[in-house]
Amino acid sequence: MTKADIADIIHERVGLSKKDAMELLESMLEEIKAELAKGNDVKLSGFGHFVLRQKSERRGRNPKTGEEIMITPRRVVTFRASQLLKKRLPIEE
Amino acid sequence: MTKSELIAVLTDKHHGFEQEEIDVVVNTVLEAIIAELAKGKRVELRGFGSFSTKARRARRGRNPKTGETVMVPAKHMPHFKPGKEMRERVDA
Repeated sequence: MTKADIADIIHERVGLSKKDAMELLESMLEEIKAELAKGNDVKLSGFGHFVLRQKSERRGRNPKTGEEIMITPRRVVTFRASQLLKKRLPIEE
Repeated sequence: MTKSELIAVLTDKHHGFEQEEIDVVVNTVLEAIIAELAKGKRVELRGFGSFSTKARRARRGRNPKTGETVMVPAKHMPHFKPGKEMRERVDA
C-alpha cells in the first residue's frame, strides 16, 4: 500500500476529493517529520509512538566489501507500536 | 506531540476544513495502515518510512512475577523503517 491507496481510502470513506485527501495526507506526514526533526517524540494514541534515540559511535562493516568503518553518532527514529496495533496482527503465519 | 496536537496543527494550516474532518482523516489514515498490516502487507510512505510486520517464533518465556516458565506463542510484530528523508532530517 502506498500514499495513493491511502488517499483513495480517505476519498471513499470521508468523501474528500482525491486531491484534498492526498494534500492532507502529505501534510500530516510532513508535520510528524517536522516535529521529530525538532527533537520531539510524536505519540499517536491507538497507533504508536515515534521515539527519537541517540546512537553512539560504533564499529561497523561495509557488508559489500567487508571493510571495517566507524559509524558516526546519530539520532534515529524508532517506532513503538501500541498494544492496539499489536493485537490486530495475525498470530500465526 | 500528541494526536490531538497534530490535528490542531493541521486544522490551523488547512483553512476550509473543520477540525472534525481533520480528526476523521487522521484516524482514517492510521486505521488504513493498521488494516493493511493486519493483512500481513506492507505500507510504503515515500519520504516518511515503511511499515511492515516481522514474524516472531514461539519461545519459552518467564512470568517475571512468579518466575513460572510459560510458552510465548508465535506472533507478528509491527516494524517501522524510516525513509531516507526522515533519516536525514532527524539527524541533521
